[in-house]
Amino acid sequence: MRGRFFYEVLGMQKELLNKTDIDRTLTRMAHEIIEKNKGTEKLCLVGIQRGGVYLAKRLASKIEEIEKKEIPVGSLDIALYRDDLNMRKKQPVVRRTEVPFEVTDLKIVLVDDVLFTGRSIRAAMDAVIDLGRPAAIQLAVLIDRGHRELPIKADYVGKNIPTSLSENVEVQLKEEGLEDMVILGKVVSED
Amino acid sequence: MLKRKDLLGIKELSVEEINLILDTAAGFKDVLGRDIKKVPTLRGKTAVNLFFEPSTRTRTSFELAAKRLSTDVINFSVPTSSVVKGESLIDTALTVQALGADFIIIRHSSAGVRHLLAKNLRASVINAGDGTNEHPTQALLDAFTIREKKGRIEGLDIAIVGDIIHSRVAKSDIYCLTKLGAKVRVIGPPTLIPKGIEGVGLEVFHNMEEGLKGMDVVMMLRIQMERQGKGFFPSTEEYSKNWGLTPERLSLARDDAIVMHPGPMNRGIEIASEIADGPRSVILDQVTNGLAVRMAVMYLLAGVKE
Repeated sequence: MRGRFFYEVLGMQKELLNKTDIDRTLTRMAHEIIEKNKGTEKLCLVGIQRGGVYLAKRLASKIEEIEKKEIPVGSLDIALYRDDLNMRKKQPVVRRTEVPFEVTDLKIVLVDDVLFTGRSIRAAMDAVIDLGRPAAIQLAVLIDRGHRELPIKADYVGKNIPTSLSENVEVQLKEEGLEDMVILGKVVSED
Repeated sequence: MLKRKDLLGIKELSVEEINLILDTAAGFKDVLGRDIKKVPTLRGKTAVNLFFEPSTRTRTSFELAAKRLSTDVINFSVPTSSVVKGESLIDTALTVQALGADFIIIRHSSAGVRHLLAKNLRASVINAGDGTNEHPTQALLDAFTIREKKGRIEGLDIAIVGDIIHSRVAKSDIYCLTKLGAKVRVIGPPTLIPKGIEGVGLEVFHNMEEGLKGMDVVMMLRIQMERQGKGFFPSTEEYSKNWGLTPERLSLARDDAIVMHPGPMNRGIEIASEIADGPRSVILDQVTNGLAVRMAVMYLLAGVKE
């Protein structure tokens, strides 16, 4: 939120997706997930804390609407699996991991808001594999902004947005009390 | 974020710091419920258990908490170390630090030791009980257990029963639970309750029946047998008759009251076996939650950069 304030003041932010765009994008992604998996058998969605959790729930309800079948949804916290704990100024907040079903032999679709370096996804895959041995792990992201540092690729992408490293992509969601919106801004040094 | 590299006592912690530890512990409790109860979070770190007083439970809990975080652990216990050869405490601790310890978990009979070490060491010092002063991780796990079972701490009526004057557990619990907004009272014979404790906003009861009425949480303390016959209480039989928790007495508390005990228990003395093993006892939950809380403490202290 602090970042947002700077963009607004400096007039540097640009809206990439509005509420309707986000909804249409998620509807398309829901169809793609069903198509690729030929239905919903053995399918589950696991959102990465926090933005990914809300998106996973939205995708699940869309899939349920289309297929008329319930699909299990979990949330995953990756703080304990990060590779930068020794480098960060602050220890990341540990949130709940709630995957109330057996993941072994399921097809898991990991859901995140923004795909950037790929390091969060690496951590998420390790976290999932500690829960069991899924049949497959797929990846769905609302925004792919490029700049990968690991060999990771999303199976379902809401929107590809080429960015520079000095830019910042922010996904705000109504579940957090904000209006649904994706914003591109310049990173303003917070020092 | 924690504002200190060491966890020496509850007294100096802010409410925000206590809540951060409890919230973080909830995430670690999830880990303990899985088949693979280990995360790679603190791999490459080393913890040393430096215990100058006997302890099995606390030492084992810290050891397992460290292992669950992928931290290596060394147990350094007094009878087998150079301390018996006359090495000074600081030299012992500096030696342990030179071996690469990131965490030094200390239990000592003297209350000043923790500050001495914290000041002289780079490593994070965690107090695992210092004399009759504090036992901060026990209070945190008690608070975590109460919050888990009752959904809150603020506004709860909590009784701590027994030997308050010698109990570091009681002291840390009183700091912790009153900071979090509970209404805490102590119950016990006048010889085992510090004079003037009412002054810090606690109610004092010298009668079990009166004290237990309407409680949400009943926290029993271990009676230390070595105090027997030293003027604190006449005999364990006498103590048990006046201060033991029996089903009849527990019925005076609220219907949904929970019973806690930091262990090890003297069954049939301060607590009846049927209560300890009964549906209202959360004594074993306390043990499990101790792991989650100690993992959270180590995780958060590891993130404090000087």
